Amino acid sequence: MLGTRATEDAARDDEAPPPVKARGLVKRYKDVLAVDHIDLNVQAGDVYGFLGPNGAGKTTTLRMALGLITPSDGAVELFGRDPLREGARALEGVAGFVEAPRFYPYMTGRKNLELLAALDGAGARERIEEVLAIVELVPRGKHKVGGYSHGMRQRLGIAAALLRRPRLLILDEPATGLDPAGMRDMRALIRRLAEEGITVLLSSHQLPEVQELCDRVAIVDRGKVVYEGALADLRRQGGAGYRLRTSDDARALELMRGRQGIEQPVVGEHGIAFQAQESDVGALSLALGAAGVGILALSPELATLEDLFFRLTESNGADPASPEGDGRPPAAGALVGAP
Amino acid sequence: MSSVAASPSLPASGTVRARRPSVLTVYRWELRKLRSQKRTYMGFGLAVLLPVIFVVVQNLHQHHDHGGGDSIFAAQITQSGLATPVLMLLFESVFMLPLIASLVAGDVVAAEDGNGTLKTILTRSVDRGQVFAAKVLAAVTYGAIAVFLSAGVATVGGVASWGFNQITTFSGSVVSAPEGLLLVFAANVCYLIPLLTVVCIGVMLSTTTRNSTAAVVGTVGITILLFIIAGIPGLEGIKPYLLTEQYENWHGLLRTPTDWAPIWHSLWVCALYAVPSLIAAYLVFLRRDVAGG
Repeated sequence: MLGTRATEDAARDDEAPPPVKARGLVKRYKDVLAVDHIDLNVQAGDVYGFLGPNGAGKTTTLRMALGLITPSDGAVELFGRDPLREGARALEGVAGFVEAPRFYPYMTGRKNLELLAALDGAGARERIEEVLAIVELVPRGKHKVGGYSHGMRQRLGIAAALLRRPRLLILDEPATGLDPAGMRDMRALIRRLAEEGITVLLSSHQLPEVQELCDRVAIVDRGKVVYEGALADLRRQGGAGYRLRTSDDARALELMRGRQGIEQPVVGEHGIAFQAQESDVGALSLALGAAGVGILALSPELATLEDLFFRLTESNGADPASPEGDGRPPAAGALVGAP
Repeated sequence: MSSVAASPSLPASGTVRARRPSVLTVYRWELRKLRSQKRTYMGFGLAVLLPVIFVVVQNLHQHHDHGGGDSIFAAQITQSGLATPVLMLLFESVFMLPLIASLVAGDVVAAEDGNGTLKTILTRSVDRGQVFAAKVLAAVTYGAIAVFLSAGVATVGGVASWGFNQITTFSGSVVSAPEGLLLVFAANVCYLIPLLTVVCIGVMLSTTTRNSTAAVVGTVGITILLFIIAGIPGLEGIKPYLLTEQYENWHGLLRTPTDWAPIWHSLWVCALYAVPSLIAAYLVFLRRDVAGG
């Protein structure tokens, strides 16, 4: 009986609408196309990175997701509900902030939370002390927000979001303006929220933050999604890189430059970096041995998110014939614009 | 957040459908926001200060000049304390009370835009319509409080200085002090009709301009413009339909028998200004992009 119920629950979970589903989102401001047919698929439990350079359309997309601005075309649903059609009902279980969280500067932090709790209902008021403690603002809660530092406002923004007991947390550049310790703590908090089962949609242009926290990402550039899918897949698609240290790097480089399947060998501080298929690496090691070049170390290196990000965003638009040039987004998991 | 690991446990994410807050809840918080702002007290300060100055000045001059003036109530200033609130309403109704009401009405939406807090409240469990209704109600409440605060101070000051005595109305009939007090209250209630219309215009400008200063100045500017139009020779025909003419709608109450016609007239004329303003503001607020902040 229990087994049957568990199966039914699992089936229900599978059928449950995803936390965020955007289809063909467009936002046009007169002649400026800020968001150009963006699709997003955030699944339950994801820590989903929404990456892009400044002005790429991230915040505009998040504003559309929260119903703050109206799309020129397309639709977005949060847990199957359209914020434009259903208003506040669509935001049940959803919390977060876009750009910097804003509060009433003439009221204390606690009073701001009381106000927001009143606008949330459902016992949010009883959680004020708890959320203030989580973001370590209990002692400053009685001070006016006008005197808060940027970091304290960010933390108050998180506290305000947690009041709603969210199932989906939308955070737009939460670590912006924080000092290194604040950034570390913010990441730890996001990780902890994710471990609690909260789906996180994290917009950021801080690549280490996304690399550390996110399992799936969408990369946007000039209003278009240039990649959507698992971060691991993206890194795999970025090509297998290797780093080689030998007893004679100059001789090794000479040998590598002439070989089929060995690409872009470059001598650096820590040896020679190159790209190749696994089978070609085996053949290379034999060739080096035959030429009397000793291999001191040979290790695979996946492309960093930073490498891939720049490859995607700098190539997008440089090549007008690229697949996204038709205005349609690439398929999920596809690496568009990569060499 | 330096010790996140040691922090209290996170609130469990909720799946229970929450009971949504009512307009009344949002309205209460709009009032609390007003109570926390200096601007609120500036308006109320003006509403209190003017009758106080008036009473003090009249007390200083009462032995030299027993009123006279061009109003029957000015002539009674030292005979009945109830003349003071009527005179104050005459003076303040034209410019000062509309200005005080505009201070909040013009600010109520635009300030949220300027602070970037509109996005904060619109991503909670309340609909835009609820937020708009609460803001209009808060601005209306503020305007009404300003009117009755001024009337209250004028009545207390007048009665304390010149006694709670009978008073002669516009038509020359004498009414008892309690009846006079009731008429003063009723006159202020009637004056709320055009004043709350000013509030509606202020809310409309606040919503559409997204700029507090522009909305406050614009609201007062519309009042001044209507006064100027009223003074242009050849436009006498439209005078009864100007908002500024409705500021005197309460005069009919201070006649015997009571003349209700100006009050009914002001009701529908003010509706012509207030209803389109509110509908326009509501539609703009409902459909606007909250892109700032």
